[in-house]
Amino acid sequence: MINDNFYRRKYVVGSIAVMIVLTYIVRLFLLQVIDQSTQEKAANNAQLRQTLYPSRGLIYDRKGELLVANQPIYEITVIVREMMQEHFDTIGFCNALHITSNDFAMRMQEMSDRRKNRGFSRYTPQIFMQNLSQEDIAQLQQEQYKYPGIDIRIRTLRDYTYPIASHVLGNVGEVNYNDIESDNYYAVGDYSGRGGIERTYEKELRGKKGVEVYMRDSRGRIQGSYQNGLLDRPAEAGTDLYLSIDRATQQLAEQLMQNKVGSIVAIEPQTGEIITMVSAPNWDPKRLVGRERSANYQQLLDDSHKPLMNRATQAQYAPGSTFKILQALAALQNGCITPNTKYPCSGQTSTPIKCTHDHGSPVDLEEGIEQSCNPYFWALYRDMLQQDGYENGHALFKEHYNDWREIIASFGLGERFANTDIREQAKGYLPTTDFYNRIYGQKGWKAITIRSLSIGQGEILVTPLQLANQAAAIANKGYYITPHFNRNDSMKSDIHTTLVDSVHFDVVHRGMSRVMTEGTGRWYNIPELQMCGKTGTVQNPHGEDHALFIGFAPMDNPQIAVAVAVENAGFGATWACPMATLVMEQYLTGEIKRSALFERMANANLIDKADEE
Amino acid sequence: MRNNRSIISGIDWWTIVLFLVIALFGWLNIYGSSYSFDQTSIWDFSNRAGKQLVWLATAVVMGGIILMIEEKAYDVLGYIFYGVMLLLLIVTPIFARDIKGSLSWLTIGPISLQPAEFAKCFTAIAIAKYMSRYGYKVRDLRDLTVPFLLMGVPMLIIMVAQRETGSALVFISFLLAFYRQGMTGYVLSWGVASIFLFILVIRFGEMALPFGTGNLGILISTTVIHMIVLGLLIGKEKDLRSAIIMALGVVVCYGIGLIINIWTVVDFNYVAIASLAYVAIYLLIQAVKQRKSSMGWIVGFVMISTLLCQGCDYAFHNILQRHQRVRIEVLLGMKDDPHGAGYNVNQSLIAIGSGQTTGKGFLQGTQTKLKFVPEQDTDFIFCTVGEEWGFIGSAGLLLLYLALILRIIYIAERQRDKFSMIYAYCVAGILLFHVTINIGMVLGLLPVIGIPLPFFSYGGSSLWGFTILLAIMLRLDAARVNKMQG
Repeated sequence: MINDNFYRRKYVVGSIAVMIVLTYIVRLFLLQVIDQSTQEKAANNAQLRQTLYPSRGLIYDRKGELLVANQPIYEITVIVREMMQEHFDTIGFCNALHITSNDFAMRMQEMSDRRKNRGFSRYTPQIFMQNLSQEDIAQLQQEQYKYPGIDIRIRTLRDYTYPIASHVLGNVGEVNYNDIESDNYYAVGDYSGRGGIERTYEKELRGKKGVEVYMRDSRGRIQGSYQNGLLDRPAEAGTDLYLSIDRATQQLAEQLMQNKVGSIVAIEPQTGEIITMVSAPNWDPKRLVGRERSANYQQLLDDSHKPLMNRATQAQYAPGSTFKILQALAALQNGCITPNTKYPCSGQTSTPIKCTHDHGSPVDLEEGIEQSCNPYFWALYRDMLQQDGYENGHALFKEHYNDWREIIASFGLGERFANTDIREQAKGYLPTTDFYNRIYGQKGWKAITIRSLSIGQGEILVTPLQLANQAAAIANKGYYITPHFNRNDSMKSDIHTTLVDSVHFDVVHRGMSRVMTEGTGRWYNIPELQMCGKTGTVQNPHGEDHALFIGFAPMDNPQIAVAVAVENAGFGATWACPMATLVMEQYLTGEIKRSALFERMANANLIDKADEE
Repeated sequence: MRNNRSIISGIDWWTIVLFLVIALFGWLNIYGSSYSFDQTSIWDFSNRAGKQLVWLATAVVMGGIILMIEEKAYDVLGYIFYGVMLLLLIVTPIFARDIKGSLSWLTIGPISLQPAEFAKCFTAIAIAKYMSRYGYKVRDLRDLTVPFLLMGVPMLIIMVAQRETGSALVFISFLLAFYRQGMTGYVLSWGVASIFLFILVIRFGEMALPFGTGNLGILISTTVIHMIVLGLLIGKEKDLRSAIIMALGVVVCYGIGLIINIWTVVDFNYVAIASLAYVAIYLLIQAVKQRKSSMGWIVGFVMISTLLCQGCDYAFHNILQRHQRVRIEVLLGMKDDPHGAGYNVNQSLIAIGSGQTTGKGFLQGTQTKLKFVPEQDTDFIFCTVGEEWGFIGSAGLLLLYLALILRIIYIAERQRDKFSMIYAYCVAGILLFHVTINIGMVLGLLPVIGIPLPFFSYGGSSLWGFTILLAIMLRLDAARVNKMQG
């Protein structure tokens, strides 16, 4: 009623208020009356999704023997909101679980700390305790009705029928933050394979989680199944896995390797299937299960022998004299020798490499292999690389080196095996011309510069897996199948042909047979098994030599190819060779007749020698 | 005695009824949203609903006392109140405990109070006092310098020292009272225009240009400015010739930019500024030539809008804090983050939507009960209304607020002295601002700014603050009867 020029503005102000309220009412109308989707979202909010955990696939050996099973394990979950709502009998609850009220308070605090437990909510089940055995929860199970908000859930943990193959199998552990980020299958508290077969076949083994959806009422309590179980899905158990591992052979090989550092790998040559893979020292897979897991894992991590490393696929050694077989094959293929070519040997006085064995001179190929004659293989290597007289960086010399290298590489050396289920492989090393050019200069090297290679010393490095695979390729007379663990798999057809023609293998086989009948392996031969082999003693600048052996049997129809590497053991002939023959005996005959030899090998302690390094 | 009786007969009972209905409905909803399993009774004074009842009772008593106080006190003591309030605002951050980053709470014994909630009231009194003094008239913006200062100083203290952006922004609502007193409508138009330009600049700011570099948002808003100028020239000035020359000039500007872009990458932000500069200079020359002051207004519009566009981009990226930036980005649909910044709003929409037409019934809401919605008995309390009382209840509440605000405007208009009128307009503005921002936020139409719903949200300070605000107005209005008689 004050007379002013702006009295009409009261309508403007009023209409602003009316416009805003109208806009909001329209928005409310759209949201509440027209749009029906929020109904569903609200229902989702009020749903409680309970995960059903599948049992993990079982793992069998090649004969169908159960290696890895599951055991039930219990975990206790808490819905804090429900627990708090009535007078929760904390003391009774603690007594039922045999914990102190102090433990209880600590655990509750830990659980509700969002820094440690990102998914914490007072309205959803949270893990209060896990890894409990049947005995642990027995009492609580009977009294569960007394404790609102408490639930006992069954999970499965791994159970192992034999204390073997820890490296091959890998283990199962709780997923970490990265796993959850990279694969939305996982949720906090889930388990997944760590290393080995468990990791490689994680997707097959883990199966598919199921879910049961419950409705919660306005008090947060479960009212029953949501939409009569329309959204419920049962858990699908994981796929069982049949491994190529032979349980008995694996177990024997592990006994042989106890208290030693090194590895044994055995492959079925026709299929590439790994019969045995041992890395020593190892551990009982049971130790990485359940409540003791993290403590034991830490112990393994701290162990100075690095047991967690799979030496069978990751340790790299110079192949030593075992390499002479490939040298012979390369030379035959190159045409620079025939089986009858002879080279002289002056024993200890030979140059540039002396012979460590006592035998006649000159020697042919078979005898050269049998006697592991260093001068023979030096001469052969020199002639192979300098067959037309060129040396010192001449293009033709390097071409010969490359030809040689290609032949060696075709046996699976210097590279990881691709398309296989073996994890954590080392590459090994096969020196290239570039490598020597860098060290010695373009023209600074010739055969004599790299003479160590002729007898498998020097820069070349192989893994025990590569050695075993090489033995399989020799047994197969010129091809190998990518080594693998999975029994029923298309991997069997992954054939790699070497650059050496099959005609050249017979004489080499004969030479390897002579090693076992007359040469370094003669003390451990079992004639009816027609063993072929080659020992190696690898110079170790850090201590006692490493003992190596490759071999296969029987000669006519090879069933098993073996490589053994024992660190700091000394002569290959004294340690690696007898172990390999025992492995062959076990696999081919199903038993060990030479129990005295077995006892001596199994009881020997070479690990302390390794410690002296 | 006669005086007191006339006070009671002069009281606007409509306002009191609306106030009580809203406050009691709020109390019921506070009980609903903080209701949980272990809770026994709505009368239990240890829970939120019980406490709110205590706050409400004390607020009513306080309101009664205010109605007894001689209305001249406000006019006389207005500046002293204001000064004491400023002091309190400055002192607060020194003694305040840090609550979620804000330093606005003073704890006195068992109760915590937020001085900022009372500051609105005393600022309104001070503004009303200044603007109602003898001979004061709003002719142009210079006359509003002091009111702007009265409004701006507490706003700045609350925003900077107490870090309470929401409570500070409320002071903008005094513009409504200024407007009613004669402040040019351009300020409001520019306010709306600047929000519009801000949204354009931010919404399209991060999109890539098909050529050169630059901010697509700025380019679009520049184009909008050009269009408005063209419209004004043709529609209002009836100057087709200038419009064509201006449009051609702008086209030439962009053409040159595109040609240069063939050889070297051009920042089209500069092309936009150049085109606007061209328009401004051209129109200025025309204004002088044709001696048209209205042309000058257009030039001012162009210049201020240009500054605004460039300023928005800068302010958004350099002045706003990260969480504020994210809230705006989520609101504008640039980021989808249902579990992060968008969580509150998302859950609040679900809760409201699930109430449907008639709601789930008192205490039957699952969304709010299960605490899916955060801050559900304070800033997000409208969710509980939406879920439990449905469209009927929530639209009804909005209409109650509208009725209250319109009633206050009606009261303001019937005042015989300017002090009471300006004060009442301030009250209407404050309530309108709170309701708009709070419900707009809950409905996902405005960014998340934490201010309470008047008389409704849980909290003693805000309830007391609003009650005092309203009671003073009622007291001033009741005195109107005396003035008529005397």
